[in-house]
Amino acid sequence: MSEPLLRVEGLVTTFPGARGARLPVVDRVDVAVARGEAVALVGESGCGKSMTALSIVGLVPKPGRIDAGSVRMAGRELRGLPVTALRRVRGAEIAMIFQEPATSLNPVQTVGAQVVEAITLHESVARGEARRRALGLFEQVGIPDPPARFVAYPHQLSGGLKQRVMIAIALAARPQLLIADEPTTALDVTIQAQILELLRGLARETGTAILLITHDLGVVNEIADRVAVMYAGRIVEEGTRAAVLGAPRHPYTQGLLRSIPARAAPDERLAEIPGAVPAPDMWPSGCRFADRCVLVMDTCRAREPERTSFGANAAARCHAVVAEASR
Amino acid sequence: MSAMRDAEGEPLLRVEALRVWFPVRAGLLQRPTSVLRAVDGVDLTLGAGRTLALVGESGCGKTTVGRSILRLLEPNGGRVLFEGTDLLTLGPAALRPIRRRLQIVFQDPMASLDPRLRVRDAIAEGMQAFGIGTGEAERTDRVGVELRRVRLDPSYMERFPHELSGGQRQRVCIARALAVQPRLLVCDESVSALDVSIQAQILNLLRDLQDELGLAYLFITHDLGVVRYLAHNVAVMYLGQIVETAATAQIFQDPRHPYTRALLAAMPSVDPLRRSVAVRAHGEVPSPLHPPSGCRFHTRCPEAFARCRSEAPELAASGDGASRCFLSA
Repeated sequence: MSEPLLRVEGLVTTFPGARGARLPVVDRVDVAVARGEAVALVGESGCGKSMTALSIVGLVPKPGRIDAGSVRMAGRELRGLPVTALRRVRGAEIAMIFQEPATSLNPVQTVGAQVVEAITLHESVARGEARRRALGLFEQVGIPDPPARFVAYPHQLSGGLKQRVMIAIALAARPQLLIADEPTTALDVTIQAQILELLRGLARETGTAILLITHDLGVVNEIADRVAVMYAGRIVEEGTRAAVLGAPRHPYTQGLLRSIPARAAPDERLAEIPGAVPAPDMWPSGCRFADRCVLVMDTCRAREPERTSFGANAAARCHAVVAEASR
Repeated sequence: MSAMRDAEGEPLLRVEALRVWFPVRAGLLQRPTSVLRAVDGVDLTLGAGRTLALVGESGCGKTTVGRSILRLLEPNGGRVLFEGTDLLTLGPAALRPIRRRLQIVFQDPMASLDPRLRVRDAIAEGMQAFGIGTGEAERTDRVGVELRRVRLDPSYMERFPHELSGGQRQRVCIARALAVQPRLLVCDESVSALDVSIQAQILNLLRDLQDELGLAYLFITHDLGVVRYLAHNVAVMYLGQIVETAATAQIFQDPRHPYTRALLAAMPSVDPLRRSVAVRAHGEVPSPLHPPSGCRFHTRCPEAFARCRSEAPELAASGDGASRCFLSA
């Protein structure tokens, strides 16, 4: 297999815990994204999905730090790159959009100027040309009446339009990879539908690869080609969209899908996953899901399950699934 | 319908022509320059022991309706009949005993719990205010009962909010509301901030509590999945007005209003065999300061025609419910 666009291997990102210990909130994570592919990293709050994204672009907030692993973009190692080189990678090769577009936009600068700046930051182009391209980007991301919106300030735009501006900024330097961290979570459903359609169209038309970070399996289904499910810092299941959503193997993935109210019959009781995600300093030594798992066995508490492949399209980290498969 | 009514035939809650207008001030002298019609003539009916979902996107006025019912803000017009009494006509003294029977649970439990109060005191506070239980010991017993009711061990009463998980905090908020023995719980996005595995726990709990206590819920939410699971009836709001109301089954199987259909089309599914999201409402929600002429949805409606731009449709019977659209009559 040829080298994927992004390859993350054995990534460990830690934060200080009690008594000087370092807690790995991202723990030996492997992710690969091929050119033009959309991969979703899905999990509940605190599972480490956003920290994985920040680790990839070298933006782990202090006192966190990357302790191990490698992050290669088009074959080049990003870990250990000097700050200036990393800054060029961000924006030019990898762009990011976040949940709250308002916090990423400069409130005292027009959104048009911010898109122009994103273009001229990575390329030396004349002002007129940059402006023309910025207007083209406004058009591309579906902002109605681009010349009028060009001179607007962020507070004059709705949440959906602000997210479109963020996407325009992200696309300004024609990145190969777009990392989208909960890009539609703060938006209303009809606007979410518009942004999902936009992201899908962009991937199709520009060939931009997408790493989607989300808690929402419905959004995963709409965007992703492949899915990795995270729980307590670890990837517990991964595979194609059809494999993970259609035939989930890990009890956690199964539980997540069953607890979605829209899928339950109205007179059926929702399946619950008992308990709550443990805090990083309470992670059990065996399988981290053991205390909440319906299939838990003695082995699960004794040692952490290995990653086991099931054909080419699926893999899971679960003793019970392996036991079942070998029966 | 019989299950929706009390013995006297009057529903537990009836909201009629509710209007909440906010003056918008501008300029140096802060003179009112225009009026924001946040809620513009809303009717709702909710029977004892039933769940009515009030659905809509941000800014549609659903939260304002919920708060007006509790008189957390003062409406400009209409009636809020609770057990037959119009709450909007009552003074503070007359309102007080009724407040006990009407409670609210908010979206963010951390923000609605006092960080300095132990769970015991947070729950006992309301009891004390309404004179429920005599003395410390009895109230502590009752706090234990309420905690067990929301499936928390009574030992949690010694904890502070920051020592609880998000789901546990929301259970405490529910226990605090239940402690004063309400008949109606207004749930304002009460499960929206929770992870899906925890959300399922709280939704099941709310269902169980309804069965056990005969509670009625006014469930304010943007999440149609939650609506489908929990609600008996649904009212869909858009720019301050109800655009469709019907039994839950009709809303999901045979939606009459184009906006309801747009909301349903925008709901992502997790079935890998179909990517189902479709854009059926284009553009943005207009500002409630300047709602469009005619039908308020016409600027985004894929089915709008000339009449929709000039004439405002009434909420008219459609199937077993009602819809505010010329096409759904």
